Amino acid sequence: MKPARAHVLVGVDDEARLAGADQVLEQLRRALDELGLSQEVQVVETGTLGISGQGVVVAVYPDGVFYGRVTPEVVRRIAEEHLLKGRPVTALRLPTAAPVARPAEVFGRQVRVVLANCGVIDPENIEEYLARGGYEALEKALTTMTPPQVVEEIGRAKLRGRGGAGFPTGLKWAAVRNAPGSPKYVVCNADEGEPGTFKDRLILEGDPHKLVEGMVLAGYAVGARWGVVYIRGEYSLCIARVEKALEQARRYSLLGTNILGTEFSFDVEVRPGAGAYVCGEETALLESLEGKRGWPRIRPPYPVTRGLWGKPTVVNNVETLANVPDIIRRGADWYRTLGTPTSPGTKVYTILGHVVFPGLVEVPMGTTLRTLVYELGGGVRDGRSLKGVLVGGAAGAFLTPEELDTRLDFDSLAERAAVLGSGAVLVLDDTACIVDVLYSVLRFFRHESCGQCVPCRAGTEALVRLASQLMVGSSTGPILDRMVEVAEVMRATSLCPLGQSLLLPLKSALAGFGKEFEAHEQGQPCPHCLRSVRAYA
Amino acid sequence: MKSGNHHPPRDELLAFLHERQRSNPQNYLCPADLVAAAERFALPVAAVRDAVTFYSMFSLKPRGRHVIRLCESPNCHLAGAWSVLEELRAQLGVGVGGTSPDGLFTLELTSCLGVCGVAPAMMIDEEIYGNLNPPRVREILQAYKEER
Ligand SMILES: Cc1cc2nc3c(=O)[nH]c(=O)nc-3n(C[C@H](O)[C@H](O)[C@H](O)COP(=O)(O)O)c2cc1C
Ligand code: SF4
Repeated sequence: MKPARAHVLVGVDDEARLAGADQVLEQLRRALDELGLSQEVQVVETGTLGISGQGVVVAVYPDGVFYGRVTPEVVRRIAEEHLLKGRPVTALRLPTAAPVARPAEVFGRQVRVVLANCGVIDPENIEEYLARGGYEALEKALTTMTPPQVVEEIGRAKLRGRGGAGFPTGLKWAAVRNAPGSPKYVVCNADEGEPGTFKDRLILEGDPHKLVEGMVLAGYAVGARWGVVYIRGEYSLCIARVEKALEQARRYSLLGTNILGTEFSFDVEVRPGAGAYVCGEETALLESLEGKRGWPRIRPPYPVTRGLWGKPTVVNNVETLANVPDIIRRGADWYRTLGTPTSPGTKVYTILGHVVFPGLVEVPMGTTLRTLVYELGGGVRDGRSLKGVLVGGAAGAFLTPEELDTRLDFDSLAERAAVLGSGAVLVLDDTACIVDVLYSVLRFFRHESCGQCVPCRAGTEALVRLASQLMVGSSTGPILDRMVEVAEVMRATSLCPLGQSLLLPLKSALAGFGKEFEAHEQGQPCPHCLRSVRAYA
Repeated sequence: MKSGNHHPPRDELLAFLHERQRSNPQNYLCPADLVAAAERFALPVAAVRDAVTFYSMFSLKPRGRHVIRLCESPNCHLAGAWSVLEELRAQLGVGVGGTSPDGLFTLELTSCLGVCGVAPAMMIDEEIYGNLNPPRVREILQAYKEER
């Protein structure tokens, strides 16, 4: 970035666009022009600033002042008052009257590796990524490291997959590197569909070059020449930004033939999905890439030996790959100073539901759920009390307020029979009905069951039916036991993890909130439930 | 830009179908589209059809000029998606999966759209609308009606 007295960051993602970000930008530029400030104040159009539900969010640096719900009229005032006269517009600062830490401070409590550039640089300008150390890792790897050394460094960093399962990335890469067969492929899984999750979208919208660099490093490490980013069909801004980043990288010889003048050639293309959650499962994703219906494959063989077109293939989540450049640039030893010994590094979460500051945060692995909800999320909204938290998306677990000190990392959650999943953290206050929320989760599974195998197809149908009986009080017999039975059969006999994973939200909801379920079973009418069954039946 | 890789280009099938469907005023893939895809990718028509039926963004039946996809996942549900659904039904006079009598809108439900910060949310064609409530739904539909 050019030296400037101040930077004004305007977060532009799909949400902000809706709220009129483009008009705000236009008005801001015009105002700065008229005030003669366009030389000393630089406007940066960036990805999300990590604050959701506040319309267009604008940050002024170096002051670190955040403004929310900014409109074209308001931005003029910010220009006149704050940027010209140096007086922050108190009335517009975020939040206006929240009883908790202010977003600038909340922001500062994070440890940003993956999101280091998100909301700071212009994602459509490769120069800004380069100015912040971008593609240094690639240069370092290509000029000073052999491919096996890159694999080893990732292994030493103990990087684990952020797509949900936490599989060691170093092992995966080594398996592909050593697998017989060529060519080899690198596939980035950007089919993000877990309810309540939008981290990958914001990484791609806010810093697409980080992913591109991570993919080229993966390609170098495993010996691939071609890679693909499979992005869910609904994410049109993402698709456009990644395509633009790829084009720029090619122009700078960071992608394509003879990268940085070396022997190494690697290219990446984008492919859109078409609306199927199950395509986020890696083998279904590969089927989909091959132009077929996205039915999960029977494993083994695993993609590392027989992946895309039957060739050895790395499939990694967006966030996993976005960790790679920093690990190579700063070293595995540095990386392991973050997080826990078995889950090093950071994790990106989306905090949602009844919290003061919904949005995107990045904190070290092992941070407690309490810190996430009460410090970064600002606590429960409207002074209400906490009922529970659904951690990990629809295929995650319901946790109770007593479980708030749970550490969020792969192993600590596994001890509680929970999962990190996609990093979605849905906070529920005491107005929510757990049965009603579970109903929504079950409908999600029914909607997304791909129908390939009977236990999952019939099981999800049965569970939605049983749940709605429970909700309207028309149940006969011990309906909760029947539900658990069905989910247990699904767990044991479903072909892919989608069908197998439904038991977790069901069982954790029953374990933590059994009384509420029993009250429903005994026919106490619940307005939430009646309303939902009426709406969705 | 395949950097010298020679593999069948079938990974481009979905993008091709998206483009075809987008250019159809009734938002669907007609038999001619399936044939075109089959020829281009050297696939049997039946295989293309089989793939198409799998994906929720594609339709083999004519739909309204605009396709509304309302998110019904937990976060949007908590934020009141159920009331938005009731309003959409009432305004359009059809249920989920139906097309309004004027042929303007088809109503569909979808899983999480990944814009949870503005729940409840829906997409109309490729546009996202968030922070919905019944009055806002009426406004949005009206704007589409006036556009034609
Ligand atoms: C039903 C289902 C949906 C999934 N959805 C995603 C997804 O949207 N994104 C993702 O990265 N992984 C998803 N996964 C996990 C992938 O199968 C795979 O483990 C992951 O992409 C591997 O990358 P990683 O090692 O970097 O985590 C899903 C798994 C299942 C069973
Ligand atoms: S478990 Fe469900 S999603 Fe997985 S293959 Fe079977 S039907 Fe499809």
